[in-house]
Amino acid sequence: MPQRHVVVASSVGLHARPAALFTQAAAKAPVPVTIAKVGGAPVDARSILFVLSLGVAHHDEVVLTAEGDGADAALDQLAALLAQDLDAAPAGS
Amino acid sequence: MPAQLEGLGVSPGTVSGPVARLGLPPRPPADEKAGADPAAEADRVAAALEQVAASLEERAARATGDAVAVLGATAMMARDPGLMATVRTRLDAGQPTVASLDAAVEGFCEVLSATGGYLAERVADLRDVRDRALAVLLDEPMPGVPHPGHPFVLVARDLAPADTATLDPAEVLALVTELGGPTSHTAILAKGLGVPAVVRCPAAADLADGALVVVDGSAGVVLVDPDEADLARAAARTAARARLAAAGGGAGTTADGVGVALLANIATVDDARRAAAVDCEGVGLFRTEGLYLGRATAPRVEEQEATYREVFAAFAGRRVVVRTLDAGADKPLAFVDHGHEENPALGVRGLRVARRRPDLLDGQLAALGRATAAEGADVRVMAPMVSTPAEAADFVARARAHGLPVAGAMIEVPAAALRAPALLAEVDFVSIGTNDLAQYTFAADRLQGELADLLDPWQPALLDLVALTGAAGLASGTPVGVCGEAAGDPLLACVLVGLGVRSLSMASGLVPAVRLVLGAHSLARCGEMAAAARSAPDAVAARAAARALLDDAVADLL
Repeated sequence: MPQRHVVVASSVGLHARPAALFTQAAAKAPVPVTIAKVGGAPVDARSILFVLSLGVAHHDEVVLTAEGDGADAALDQLAALLAQDLDAAPAGS
Repeated sequence: MPAQLEGLGVSPGTVSGPVARLGLPPRPPADEKAGADPAAEADRVAAALEQVAASLEERAARATGDAVAVLGATAMMARDPGLMATVRTRLDAGQPTVASLDAAVEGFCEVLSATGGYLAERVADLRDVRDRALAVLLDEPMPGVPHPGHPFVLVARDLAPADTATLDPAEVLALVTELGGPTSHTAILAKGLGVPAVVRCPAAADLADGALVVVDGSAGVVLVDPDEADLARAAARTAARARLAAAGGGAGTTADGVGVALLANIATVDDARRAAAVDCEGVGLFRTEGLYLGRATAPRVEEQEATYREVFAAFAGRRVVVRTLDAGADKPLAFVDHGHEENPALGVRGLRVARRRPDLLDGQLAALGRATAAEGADVRVMAPMVSTPAEAADFVARARAHGLPVAGAMIEVPAAALRAPALLAEVDFVSIGTNDLAQYTFAADRLQGELADLLDPWQPALLDLVALTGAAGLASGTPVGVCGEAAGDPLLACVLVGLGVRSLSMASGLVPAVRLVLGAHSLARCGEMAAAARSAPDAVAARAAARALLDDAVADLL
C-alpha cells in the first residue's frame, strides 16, 4: 500500500491553520487517505478533529497512507504540503 | 398592576420592549433509550449536524471580519467525518442517540484540551456545535442569542463574551441579568452599545419570552406589564437622553473653564472607527490584548504595526493612550505560557509578563513606535499592573528606546497609589484603572458578583487612593487620568475632577452626559463634592453626599 513518511515543518505542528489546510486538501483527494504518528493508529486525514487529536508537534514524523487510483499523486501532494511551514504562508493563498 | 423587579443599574437609560431569553444549552435526557436501528439514528445525527453546519455557513455569509473565518471553521467541525465516525461507533455499541453525540463531542474536547493552549478556543466552538445539534435532535430552542426578528430586551442568568459575540446591536434594546456586577461583561457590553442594563436582578429568572417590560438602567429597575403611563414616561426619558446626546459638544471643562479631556475606551479597530465618529478628544484607553485573545501565536511586529496604524489613522490629530498587553488573570493569551497559578489576579499578569517574556513587550513597543512615526496621532503608551517606581522607570526607558516619547503607568495596585509622588516622578502621566484598583484595595474579585458592593467605585477608601494620586499629580504637574468604569458616571466624574483628575476615559456613549454635568459645576464645587464623598462612612452615603451638592439644572438627568 502506498505510504509517505514526512517530517511536519509548520512551527506550530499540525494545529490551527496548518491542520485546517491539510484536512481540506485531504478531503479533495480522489482516494481515502489516513495519517498516523510513527507507530500510532492511522486516522481519517479528512477529519480535523482526528488530526488535531493526534497532537502532532513541529518536527514530528507522520505516515500518510492511501490505496487506489491516484493514491501516489495524492500522497505526494499532501506530503509536500506537510513539508512546508504552512503557518508562514500568506493568508488567502 | 405592573410588577417592579429590583436590580443594579449598570448602564443608564430607559427603554421598553419585549423580552427574549438567552437560550440554555440542552442536555441529553437522563432516561433516553437507544434507538431500534443504529443506522437510522446515525442518519438523524448526521442530518442534525448538517443543519447546524448550514446555519453556521449562512451566518458566515452575513458576518464580517474575523467572524467569517471562525464561523466557517466551526461549520467544518460540524461536518467532520471523524465526529460522525465516533458517533457511529457508539450507536453501533447500543448507546442512545443524543447521549452518543454528547459523549463523542466531549471525548474530542478532552483530547483537545489536553493537547494544550492552541486549541482552547476550538473546544468552545465544538461544544457550541454539540449544543446546537442537541437542540435540533431534541426539538428544543436554539441555545445562545435569540433572533426573534424584532428588537428585544435580552434576559439571561448571566452573559459571557462567548454568549454575546453574535449579538446584533441593532436588535438589542436593553440587557437584564440575574447575576453580574458593576464591572461584569454585561455592564461593559451595555455601555459600549449605549443600551440600558440591569444586573443582579434575581426575579428576572421568571421573565418569559415576549413579556413587555420597561428597563430603567439608571435606577436599576425592571417593570413587568407596564401600563400606558409607564410606557409614556419611558418614551419621554428615552427622548430626553437623545436630546442630551445631541447637545453641545467640544472639549470638556468645568463651569469655570478648567480643562478635563473626555476620551473613549476602545479594544478593537471597529471600536476605534465608532469612537472616532464621537465628539471626544481621543482615546484614553486602548486595550490591546483584545486584538489577540484567540491567537495561538504571538502576532508579528508587522501585523501589530498595521493594526495600530489603522487605529491611529482614525484619530489623526487626537490623543490615543495605548495600554500595552494586559495578559493574564481573566484575559489569558494562548501564546503566553501563564502556567498554573493559584491566584491569577495576583500572579504574573500585565507588565509582570515582561519579567518572563520581555520580547513580547519589546515587540509591541517596536510596532507602536513604527506606527506612531507613520501616523499623525498624539500617541502615548502606558503599562498595566505597575507596582513600584522602578517598574515604571523601566517601562518608560523601554518605550523611549522604541521612539515613543510619552510613556506612563496605570495606577491599579494600591502600592502604586500609596507611593504616587515617587512613581509620578518617573513617568509622563498616569491613568487610574478604578476597576482593578477597587479589586486590589478591597481584596474582592472583580468577577465575583456577590461582592459587587465592595467593588462600588464610590467606596471612600478607593476615593482616598484616587485623592493621593491626584494630589501628587497636581503637586508635580504630572497629568492624572481615570480610565475605569467610574469615569463614565457623570456625578462621580465631578468628584474625580475635584480630587485632581484631569482626563476621563469611558465608553464613548457616556461622553455627552459627563460633558454636560461636568460643565455645570465649578472646580471648587467639584472639590466640595469630593470632600463630602470622602467624609462619608460608606459608598451609598458617599454618593448621596456628592449628589446633594449637584446643580439642580442637571439633577433630573442622572
